[in-house]
Amino acid sequence: MVQNRVAAMAMAASLVFAGGAWAQVAPDAAWQSVLDEAKGETVYFNAWGGSQNINDYIAWVGGEVKQRFGVTLNHVKLDDTAAAVATVVAEKAAGKDTGGSIDLVWINGENFVAMQEQGLLAEGFATELPNWQYVDTSNPSVTVDFTVPTKGQESPWGGAKLVFFSDTARSGPVEAMPKSAGELLEWAKAHPGRFSYPAPPDFIGSSFLKQVLIETTPDPAVFQKPVDEANFEAVTKPLWDWLDAIQPVLWRSGRDHPQNYPAMKQMLADGEVEIIFAFNPAEASSAIAAGELPDTVRSFTFPGGTLGNTHFVAIPFNSSAKAAAKVVADFLISSEAQLRKEDPRYWGDPTVLAMDKLPEDDRDAFAAIDRGIATLPPSQLGPVLAEPHSSWMTRIEEEWKRRYGN
Amino acid sequence: MAGNGNGRLSKAPGAAIALAVPALLALPVGVGLVGVVLPAFGYLPALGGEAFSLAPFRQLLATPGLGTSALLSLASGLVTTAISTLGVALFLAAFHGTAGDRLARRLLAPLLAVPHAAAAFGLAFLIAPSGLVFRLLAEPLGFDRPPDLLIVGDPLGLAMMAGLIAKEMPFLLLVAFAALPQADPVRRMRLSASLGYGRMAGFLLTVWPGVYRQIRLPVLAVAAYASGVVDVALILGPSLPAPLAVRLVAWMNDPDLSLRFMASAGALLQLAVTGAVLLLWIAGEQLTAALRRRVTGGGRRFAEEGATRLAASIPVALAGASVFFGLSWLFVWSIAGFWAFPDVLPPSADLSTWSRVLPNAAGPLTTTFLVAILSASLALVLVVMLLEARRRQFPAAAGRAVRLSPAVAGLIYLPLIVPQIAFLFGLQVTLLSLDLGPSIPLLIAAHLVFVAPYVALALADPWFAVDPRYEQVAASLGHGAVAGLFRVRLPMLTHAVLTALAIGFATSVGQYLPTLLIGAGRLPTITTEAVALASGGNRRVIGAYALLQTLLPFLAFTLSGTLPRLLWRSRRAMKPA
Repeated sequence: MVQNRVAAMAMAASLVFAGGAWAQVAPDAAWQSVLDEAKGETVYFNAWGGSQNINDYIAWVGGEVKQRFGVTLNHVKLDDTAAAVATVVAEKAAGKDTGGSIDLVWINGENFVAMQEQGLLAEGFATELPNWQYVDTSNPSVTVDFTVPTKGQESPWGGAKLVFFSDTARSGPVEAMPKSAGELLEWAKAHPGRFSYPAPPDFIGSSFLKQVLIETTPDPAVFQKPVDEANFEAVTKPLWDWLDAIQPVLWRSGRDHPQNYPAMKQMLADGEVEIIFAFNPAEASSAIAAGELPDTVRSFTFPGGTLGNTHFVAIPFNSSAKAAAKVVADFLISSEAQLRKEDPRYWGDPTVLAMDKLPEDDRDAFAAIDRGIATLPPSQLGPVLAEPHSSWMTRIEEEWKRRYGN
Repeated sequence: MAGNGNGRLSKAPGAAIALAVPALLALPVGVGLVGVVLPAFGYLPALGGEAFSLAPFRQLLATPGLGTSALLSLASGLVTTAISTLGVALFLAAFHGTAGDRLARRLLAPLLAVPHAAAAFGLAFLIAPSGLVFRLLAEPLGFDRPPDLLIVGDPLGLAMMAGLIAKEMPFLLLVAFAALPQADPVRRMRLSASLGYGRMAGFLLTVWPGVYRQIRLPVLAVAAYASGVVDVALILGPSLPAPLAVRLVAWMNDPDLSLRFMASAGALLQLAVTGAVLLLWIAGEQLTAALRRRVTGGGRRFAEEGATRLAASIPVALAGASVFFGLSWLFVWSIAGFWAFPDVLPPSADLSTWSRVLPNAAGPLTTTFLVAILSASLALVLVVMLLEARRRQFPAAAGRAVRLSPAVAGLIYLPLIVPQIAFLFGLQVTLLSLDLGPSIPLLIAAHLVFVAPYVALALADPWFAVDPRYEQVAASLGHGAVAGLFRVRLPMLTHAVLTALAIGFATSVGQYLPTLLIGAGRLPTITTEAVALASGGNRRVIGAYALLQTLLPFLAFTLSGTLPRLLWRSRRAMKPA
């Protein structure tokens, strides 16, 4: 406890220092005019509100941007990002091209592609943010969201990587857990009823199908292009074979699926399933801290690589506070905000910043984060498999529903 | 009007009010429906739909499992309503005027106050393989993990229907209690007893038809609700495929925006399914009436009841118990530390969830209270105007049944029959094009659309059942129409008015989609917060918010039950039955 507090104080000191250093850099005139315009504006930030930790983090951001930039941040808590998309669609349908009700939205993947295609987003802004200089642009998923170039229309906020969790008290050491989709299938056959995945189109469920798809296909390069009906059947056949094989040994014999990741987490806690997976490597640690999972849960990943992507914030085309929204987006990728976000005591979401671009103090602060017993350090997360083009998922979700959905 | 002492209203403005109020309430639904019919036929320029076509319907019909989904919704509407109504009828037949009846009346308020989703969570915690029942069985049967059984989310939707029945039975019991005095139970029971009928048979054959006639609209509202329910179906219903309304919401929310055309077509199908449920129910009413006539004509007295009375209490008792246990279970979760299967109680408890939840809840609770009290009061004023105008169209109506005309009733109850998701998008677009920004008054107006029908449901029959001769006496003493309303009719109806107000209040508290869409996220209520947080699946937070959501309606129902007793404690004939 004492040790923790000392570490926190040291970190706070380094933060003050980092903040000071940041303030010394003279912002260029263009950004200064954004800051001037932003002062006094109110940003309605539409973001999923299902986690108390994340809500608290966003509230902290609100306090900071108010104090530093005079920007008021209101968190509009959603149960589904689609509600925000629907609102922007409705506003466009009503011809409300200015003064829209959403200024910033937490988004990625299919929702982003849909909004970009329908012209519902403001023009590119991300690469003009002062803190963009620290972003890890060598990670392709920062500028290419599900194979679609972001064109700067969304600013990265956090990383995601598929990791698996199991309860060592029930299932034994994680070293003995499956190390590929093929091994997972064998494991499931040996433990009938103890594995499941959320039914697509749930985000995590669809991501799991993508993982299996990429692993079972000899040449995954085909997924970087839009789906081609001519070879869809041939390319996806190994996926369906895998799913057909696992179906009878799934939880509830595949007659029901968990609704989403939170439901799966509860099933692991109750001992209904033994292996679950999440997109945030720190999920298990924060769930243990929250009393949602037993402290015997540990993480593992596939050495051959697992799916990884980035989540973003975007500004709708009709936002009434674009300048302030940019200021918030910029603050979200400051090393201070990213550091707090990666700390599992607050959230535990991986940073999008490049360690080698950061000042040394910040780099040390990131290295000093106590990630918790159930979180793998970034070096052990394994290679990243790139997201397929989003059209693949649409087709696979349709096909999944046809095969298993009724 | 206030000044004219002759106690008469001319017929013309009365008729105008009788039509204007329901038209006002139905207008948003109508506007919203246009916003769904157009995309259903391919027209929504904002998403590139420039021409009319039948493609959305073709796409809808090609969706796998559509038939099963529609059948689930149909069955849910009929089975839920049938069992709830039957349960209430049997309970009243067995226990009317007994201690069991008084106990039920007292316990009704908390049952009604629990939001549907919270009751569904509670039931899920109870009956799931990882829930309380199996935790209790774990030790004797010797298992340390939940059995792999498909109970919650069964393909037939039985768990979902059970959850709905548990919530709808208390609602029907409430309206039945309000209707009972007008069905003249004491004299009818006496007569049937003198003819040698058993207690239950006597009640079902003589009193119940009079009760049912009065609660018919609430029953139909239950049928419509159960066929289009989303939250309960999400928690307890099957997922592969889900009932139609759940899939509708998923399509509306799909990142692939072109699915909205199909979703709009699906909304029209949902409307047809709800319509079919109502028609089948009405056909069932005819059948039951014919059956009753045969039984009466057959002359059997059913004097031997034996264990039937005990059995008759089972549906209501089960419903009540499951909601109560579910709510207690939610409370225990809200203070639990890590709580593994098969522990019956959590090994550690603390208030950390509450200490995080409460500071954030004050603002949403205030908004919730404000919007609920204002929309319910406004609804009450509108409904009283409507009912009074209608009543006065029949000046010599003493002893004759006054009812809302079918057209007016249809208009009022339209918002209950049309699925919310179907017309809210269209309504949102309309409000935006009128440049109406989110505000408390706008939110109150939006809630009014859903609150007023429930207030009307609860108040219409008691309103028309008051003997008009009381007001005639008042008029003969020189009092005007307004004095008659405020000094005779409303005081006599204190209990019914407060019950209607409480129902309206609870309805407003429970609104999720209208609050989110019309409030544009600017006006968070306890329900929008609860739904957003529930998506994180943390049972502690779900438990805490479910209790917070229950709090305001509970106070409303408790006040509506106790205030009349306090106000009229010195008036013997005014004591609530």
